[in-house]
Amino acid sequence: MKIIVLMKQVANKDAVLRIAGDEKWINEADVAWQTNESDGYALEEALRTVEAKGEGEVVVCTLGPQGAKTVIKDALARGANRAIHVVVDDSKSLSSYQIAKTIADAIKEENADLVFTGLQSDDASFGQTGVILAELLGIPHATIVIEVDRASLGDTLRVKRELESGWYQWFTYKLPALLTIQSGISQIRYASLKGIMAAKSKEIREVTPAVEEFASASAIQKVYMPLKTKQTQILGNGDAKAGAVELVEKLRSEVRII
Amino acid sequence: MILVFIEHKDCVLNKTSLEAIAAAQSIGKDLGLGVTAVLPCDKDCSLAQEIAGYAVEKVLIAKNEKLGTYTPDAYADAWEHVIKALAPKYVVMSHTYQVRDFAPKVAARLGREVVGDCIRYRAEGGKLVLTRRIFLGKLDADVTLGGDAPYFVTFQSGAFRGDAAEKGSGAVETMEVTIGDVRMTPEAPFQEAKASVDLTRSEIIVAVGRGIKSQENIAVAQQLADALGADLAASRPICDSEWLPIDRQIGSSGQTVAPKLYIALGISGAIQHIVGMKNAGTIVAVNKDAEAPIFDIADYGIVGDLFEAVPVLVDEIAKAKG
Ligand SMILES: Cc1cc2nc3c(=O)[nH]c(=O)nc-3n(C[C@H](O)[C@H](O)[C@H](O)COP(=O)(O)OP(=O)(O)OC[C@H]3O[C@@H](n4cnc5c(N)ncnc54)[C@H](O)[C@@H]3O)c2cc1C
Ligand SMILES: Nc1ncnc2c1ncn2[C@@H]1O[C@H](COP(=O)(O)O)[C@@H](O)[C@H]1O
Repeated sequence: MKIIVLMKQVANKDAVLRIAGDEKWINEADVAWQTNESDGYALEEALRTVEAKGEGEVVVCTLGPQGAKTVIKDALARGANRAIHVVVDDSKSLSSYQIAKTIADAIKEENADLVFTGLQSDDASFGQTGVILAELLGIPHATIVIEVDRASLGDTLRVKRELESGWYQWFTYKLPALLTIQSGISQIRYASLKGIMAAKSKEIREVTPAVEEFASASAIQKVYMPLKTKQTQILGNGDAKAGAVELVEKLRSEVRII
Repeated sequence: MILVFIEHKDCVLNKTSLEAIAAAQSIGKDLGLGVTAVLPCDKDCSLAQEIAGYAVEKVLIAKNEKLGTYTPDAYADAWEHVIKALAPKYVVMSHTYQVRDFAPKVAARLGREVVGDCIRYRAEGGKLVLTRRIFLGKLDADVTLGGDAPYFVTFQSGAFRGDAAEKGSGAVETMEVTIGDVRMTPEAPFQEAKASVDLTRSEIIVAVGRGIKSQENIAVAQQLADALGADLAASRPICDSEWLPIDRQIGSSGQTVAPKLYIALGISGAIQHIVGMKNAGTIVAVNKDAEAPIFDIADYGIVGDLFEAVPVLVDEIAKAKG
């Protein structure tokens, strides 16, 4: 059995974001990077599924510049068997369809039984790359998957989807299928020292595609700081302790909760 | 023509669809286009009359026996049929979990993509410029649509007011749609066993986010909660890491609360969290990032380290309470 996991490199959550000179994205010059949150959970679920099955391989795939290799290396250290790096230098200017199409072309021949993606990227947040990819690969999909019934894995697979406000629903899929994985599906393992050493000899296949033009691509015209909608009283002027003293006074005199 | 999607379960309306109607009506006025509401169903949907009471030209029931329970395959086929028959300029939907599940598939099949989770739009030269949040709400991006119609747009919950949807009267029509193979089998939706803590009744909530850093540090927040007689809650990553049980989670996939006072400690303010607490009477945010989106909705803010602020808060509250 073969599971392909899509993983994307994104700016670190705590990075201070500066808008680029052309106002179309952030200035990436000195941004710290990390693996997209839900993609880490997608990898974990793939590893557990193969372990439960007792056979098979997990193949990581990322599309991005050379620097995105750290995502791959980390995934290999955590137990993925091999990787496909779709090398695109200016990946941030691609639309979701272009990303999905380029990845589809790179993985089609792999004929995977399952493809796992994160449910959403923390930078572009298209929330659709996986769904488009499934359509392009001609396989069914399920989004926001919060549990995989690993014991059910055969020609079909039973998965639990998260619906809104505390509702859930099980679906059974014929394989092959694509699942977009929700954060929190299971606890993520750390890379062991042994894993880190083993990763060094694992295969990373590089593909350097020509990304096709896509007439219907949406395009960012301008990026800017969100407009403030509410008048927030900032207390303490940057001094947390002074702010705390002022806040208790406000809770007493204005909010009247103390 | 603008098509607007009416989401429902067993002919019971998902109220966010009224927001989609309001959005479609507004775009329709700006671009001079009429609005048709599309209602996928396996029968002559009882919801059609209710929707016909809004200012729409038509309510179209897209009918097929396979549309009784939602599946992405059946919905995608139904929409493909309707769109090919009607050739709309825009397809407008609310960015619900169900829409996220099928809309990108329909768009991709027609060689399009969705501009998703938009918070507002403006019309410029007969076309839309849409604004969406990126980087977890830290930045806004104005986005234009490429290529030819149809254009697929989804709006974030709360971007339009459902009660602003204009009333009127539309005609109800039915279109039999063709649906091919459905490659997934749904079971009945269910709710997990009732949460053991019901935060919807809380008067005061102290909520922790990833800024709390470790499970041990939850005790810091607990002290503040104790001092205020508050309940403890959390953002999703805290529950994902099992630092607090899932029934403490606030947001689109957790509980929706409206306490008198909500104190957010180290929570950035992603939309999926905000939808669960924005109706709190007073919102306080403690966050070391002055640009964190949580400050957009906070009444009071402390820009700084929560580990410096919280012990002082606890002391001062004790003093104030005497
Ligand atoms: C479909 C879907 C459903 C989701 N459902 C939910 C949901 O129901 N509930 C939910 O909460 N999220 C939900 N999310 C996740 C959501 O998008 C965010 O990822 C999440 O809310 C972020 O949590 P956070 O604010 O704790 O973490 P982060 O975004 O990482 O923010 C941490 C914050 O802490 C601050 N900080 C760090 N250290 C300190 C310090 N020492 N002192 C003060 N501040 C500090 C940082 O500046 C930062 O702003 C969902 C996402 C999706 C896609
Ligand atoms: N450049 C990329 N490389 C690898 N995977 C990606 C890339 N972009 C998106 N994905 C996958 O698609 C998911 C959804 O991304 P998005 O549609 O941008 O919200 C992510 O969680 C990843 O799993």
